[in-house]
Amino acid sequence: MKLKATGILAALILILYLASCESDAGIEFKRYYSTGALVYQTHCQNCHAADGQGLSDLIPPLTDSSYLKNNKGALACFIKSGLMGPITINSKAFDDVMPANDLSPMQIAQVLTYVGNSFGNKLNTINQQQVEADLGKCR
Amino acid sequence: MRKLALGILIFVLWNACKFGSGDKKMLPIYGSREPVTKTINGKTITDTIYQTIPKFKFVNQYGDSISNKSLDGQIYVADFFFTTCPSICPVMARNMLNVYNAFKNSGDVKIISHTIDPKHDSVPVLKKYADKLGVSGNTWWFLQGKKEDIYQIAEKNYLVAVKKDSSAAGGYIHAGYFVLIDKQKRIRGSYDGTDPKQVDQLIADIKQLQQEPDQIIVQ
Repeated sequence: MKLKATGILAALILILYLASCESDAGIEFKRYYSTGALVYQTHCQNCHAADGQGLSDLIPPLTDSSYLKNNKGALACFIKSGLMGPITINSKAFDDVMPANDLSPMQIAQVLTYVGNSFGNKLNTINQQQVEADLGKCR
Repeated sequence: MRKLALGILIFVLWNACKFGSGDKKMLPIYGSREPVTKTINGKTITDTIYQTIPKFKFVNQYGDSISNKSLDGQIYVADFFFTTCPSICPVMARNMLNVYNAFKNSGDVKIISHTIDPKHDSVPVLKKYADKLGVSGNTWWFLQGKKEDIYQIAEKNYLVAVKKDSSAAGGYIHAGYFVLIDKQKRIRGSYDGTDPKQVDQLIADIKQLQQEPDQIIVQ
């Protein structure tokens, strides 16, 4: 009986330990994502809308998961330097100018984590180190 | 039992309130007004002259000349924007699209969006902007004209604060108001064009104006 209780306690401790271990990445994600939501509201939402739908044929939506996935390494540069020239999003052509945004690498990482995991996207955490590396490769 | 009585009392009071506010009040008439006394058939009548939108002449996205006469007998919404504005304009356009979609088939409602950057926003630029926004037909006009004229009518007549401020993002600062004008060219409301709730109110108010009998016309 005493052995059983000890066993249960040990199992509980093990589960708690594993859960807290696993959530290290989870905590990082949540931290990036929740701050990223605020960065989005301040710097992106006017144009791209609260639901990421953009504006008609003027401003592209942020819902094209395969575009974001295929251009994952360039997204930080898009935010930092802006974007111009024709692009195809959700098989629709867009050709207007996105202004440059003077955000820190951390803010870019936060907002990319937010956008990359909202509106049907699933890119997981894009952290500051990744953004700094990507920004070094901007054309 | 007392709780039940209290509940009934609250319910009755709440309904009384609802009944009171259900009475449709006329939309206010903004601007200056002055009484005039005239003599018609030997009788002295005192009338009120309200401030109205004066004559203007601009060009729309199709290159057509648009004047105050083009809006005779129409309820309309006026705002001020420019196509390259990175701040509040996309929000205003998104909200104005709701107004457009609500009334594009009604026939007695129009929208006029004046560019405050006529140097860049030429007729072809405005046409392209309208096309991309998904606006066609003659319900929503994007108007271009002399900058002085647009600033003048904005400040003096539509009560919209539009002024050049080169230090702001995009070079211009403006207030983002949607101004509601009735069939007699009087100002009946102004709404924050960046606030979806106020724009819903604008849509409701336009519907109310559509119901307003024409005999309220005061000249």
